Amino acid sequence: MLKRWIERITPTDVVMWLIGGAILMMIFWGSTATLTAKTYTVHHWFDFIIFGLAQGSIYALIAMGYTMVYGILRMINFAHSEVFMCGPYTAYFVAAAFYSSGFLDQYPIISLIMIFLVSMATSTLVAVLLERIAYRPLRTAPRLIPLITAIGASFFLQYTFRGFYGSGFQAYPVVKILEGEWAWGEFRILKFQAVVIVAAAILMAALYSFVQRTRLGKAIRAVSEDKETSALMGIDIDRMIVTTFVIGGMSAGAAGILYALMFKQVHFFMGFIPGIKAFTSAVLGGIGNIPGAMLGGIFLGLVESVGPSLFLDGLGIVAPYQLKDAIAFTMLVLVLIFRPTGILGERLAVKKA
Amino acid sequence: MKQSLKIGLIGGVVEILLSLIGMVEAFSQRDIIAHVISMGHTLLVIVALFMGYLAAKRTPTAGSLKVLANSFISGLIVGGLVSLLVIVGSLINLRKVFVNAMPVLYELLTFKQGTQIGVFLLLGAGALSGALAGLFFLSPKILRRVLIISLGSIVSAGVLQDLLRPTFALWGPLAIINEWLFTANGLTIQGAIGLFILIAAFSLLWSRKGSAIQTGFRQLPPAPQRILKMASILILVFILLILPRVLGLFLSEVLTIVGLFVLLGLGLNIVVGYAGLLDLGYVAFFAIGSYTLAVLTSPELGFFSLSFWEALPLVIVMGVFSGVLLGTPVLKMRGDYLAIATLGFGEIIRILVLSDFLRPWLGGAQGIGKIPKAFIGGFEFAGPQQIYYLILAGCLLVIFISLRLRDSRLGRAWMAVREDEDVAQAMGINLVATKLLAFATGAGFSALSGAIFASKLGSVYPHSFNVMISINIVCVIIVGGMGSIPGVIVGAIALVGLPELLREFAEYRLFVYGAALVPMMLFRPEGLWPEAVHRREFHEEEEKEAESESSLKLKSG
Repeated sequence: MLKRWIERITPTDVVMWLIGGAILMMIFWGSTATLTAKTYTVHHWFDFIIFGLAQGSIYALIAMGYTMVYGILRMINFAHSEVFMCGPYTAYFVAAAFYSSGFLDQYPIISLIMIFLVSMATSTLVAVLLERIAYRPLRTAPRLIPLITAIGASFFLQYTFRGFYGSGFQAYPVVKILEGEWAWGEFRILKFQAVVIVAAAILMAALYSFVQRTRLGKAIRAVSEDKETSALMGIDIDRMIVTTFVIGGMSAGAAGILYALMFKQVHFFMGFIPGIKAFTSAVLGGIGNIPGAMLGGIFLGLVESVGPSLFLDGLGIVAPYQLKDAIAFTMLVLVLIFRPTGILGERLAVKKA
Repeated sequence: MKQSLKIGLIGGVVEILLSLIGMVEAFSQRDIIAHVISMGHTLLVIVALFMGYLAAKRTPTAGSLKVLANSFISGLIVGGLVSLLVIVGSLINLRKVFVNAMPVLYELLTFKQGTQIGVFLLLGAGALSGALAGLFFLSPKILRRVLIISLGSIVSAGVLQDLLRPTFALWGPLAIINEWLFTANGLTIQGAIGLFILIAAFSLLWSRKGSAIQTGFRQLPPAPQRILKMASILILVFILLILPRVLGLFLSEVLTIVGLFVLLGLGLNIVVGYAGLLDLGYVAFFAIGSYTLAVLTSPELGFFSLSFWEALPLVIVMGVFSGVLLGTPVLKMRGDYLAIATLGFGEIIRILVLSDFLRPWLGGAQGIGKIPKAFIGGFEFAGPQQIYYLILAGCLLVIFISLRLRDSRLGRAWMAVREDEDVAQAMGINLVATKLLAFATGAGFSALSGAIFASKLGSVYPHSFNVMISINIVCVIIVGGMGSIPGVIVGAIALVGLPELLREFAEYRLFVYGAALVPMMLFRPEGLWPEAVHRREFHEEEEKEAESESSLKLKSG
């Protein structure tokens, strides 16, 4: 067994493991240095972790859309980041109207639900239109072609929203019940972060059980397994693909509102970075794998918020927080070196190069 | 009927969109023909015409009255939706949400006639455009072609007037064209009519005699044919050499930018087009090239202070080396894993360059300045008109290398890997070496482009190297046609050059860019100038269908 394994090792493997090992060594060294230096207390780490969880669960929600679309169409839906942006940006006007009329302060829960619904509806509408106009005609085209239409659609949506609503940042109204913090003894948690984490967890659980338990979800899984066979079994493929985009749009719209509640602003370019991060999460977890996307998102969020202080601070690197994205992508490369198909492995029926 | 309704609705939505994002208003400040029609109105008319044409084309029965009716209806609906916008806008203040829904917009849409008259005018204008488009559809093919070409050139002359005027002014005696054709804003009426007649006559002549000239050329014996070909190549080279003199400063600047993207595109073409490795972080090598040159030459940092030519070989070596270095970890990854990992590399490089951590060596957010220009003897490659020659030389060299590589054993190995990695490996192709060579070659070209870029600007900043550049280059090679060298050039002109020319409408540049990418890929997925092999692949199924249809007909007949 071991002999055969040794025979199969190539020089490239060795080089790759060396690179991976070097990164791991750096991480280990940096972490021990930071922890022994004791610059941060337990509370700091707790705050980092909570922030990372909140951020990560938003990534995870967006990543669900990426991963499901990828599973069913085998394409990077590059415009998904704009689906994410459209929802909260449109809902902003509802929120602002509620705020100025005092409705938001009077009935905060009802208004929050309304804002959520508007955001999810807008994102879903955009996702479905996107599928109809930019992707459906290209379903049989080589895989790079829909990537380009997706990029085109992404620019189009960004600049349409910029033209509609202006190029500045719009400050989201403050929801009073989400301000402040809860404290257990010495540990404090900001209310809105807790709400983001809980809401994202509920949504993900709902979506996952929808895909796993219901007939419709089963049909979607069948289509991503094998389009032709499921068509022979009487499944309407077009409908299933649209349903996938609906689910993706809904989760992106919800994630968008959570993002807006967390950072309290919207902008026409706000989708770009979270979009890339979410796609990275989907890849991290294994494309086409829904639990993988959730895991990948939370992993990425945690790495981003804990990583700079933990890995780099001890090495004496100035302003480590600037390097958080570099750490996130390094972790991605690291994971892919050892597991080329993501943490949980991809769930694609036919491996496509 | 139902079709034309649908088409009209789509057209109306498009026009409302164009109005609400502020494009109509911004474009209205420019006249195509002075005091007759502005660019904003032209835009609206073109949409209505196109929808009318589409409605006419989709008419199932051939009756010309029915065709006209359909295009008329779709035009009417387009006008109707826009007037709906005007009515709603006059009742409710839309500005709270849509920043561009200003009174000026309604004035433009209603031709300054107030809401009531304006609505009727709009309906009439829409219906008229639709009907005209229907008539156009029914007219003979040759007339259609002539009309499209000559009207198109009037519109483009109007759109590009700010570029054409100073260019004509450079040519001395030709400056007289300016007075005849242009006013301060828009074409003169007699100029537009003259241009129309001129272009129409010319295109009519070409459509009559053009094919005759081509067949005449083919019937020539081989020797004169070769001479003619050589002569045309010589003329092309001559034109390329005098181009910056003829075009003036601004257009030369545009040319240099296009040239840099051609260099980048040719490099990525090897990685994506030949070897099929989707690299979304290609900008990393561009950045590495720029920064290596900057660190080696700039006296601001004072490490080396080499000259451009001394540094250039080192830059390319560095590019090739980093190509291998970044290529190694991703060797085992496939498809989209590769794409996202390379995208990550691109970002890592940018973030490292930007960080305070590496600031003493790479300058951080402030970048590196005082990069010396390149010299040959006493000739300084200072402005765009001089740098152009450097870029041209680089492009020619890279085109030559690409061509030779494509037809080499290595090139065939790349294409085998692109088509099927497993089969290629089974056929004895060394995957590791082949892939790494693709990364290294591509990275080398990109580093060359980066070096020229740095020397052209005289300084480098981290923000010049964001993901958008990588995405842009991928778009260039796919829109041009995967794996095709002329395709890269055409793609760079279309996606980089044209947007640069319309810099004054910078706000809508990326909007138009995005909006153009989608239909371009829908209607021409093989690219603007595809490789012959690819073109066949894309139309394989259509051909098969056509064949089976004809065989069916044969059987039934």
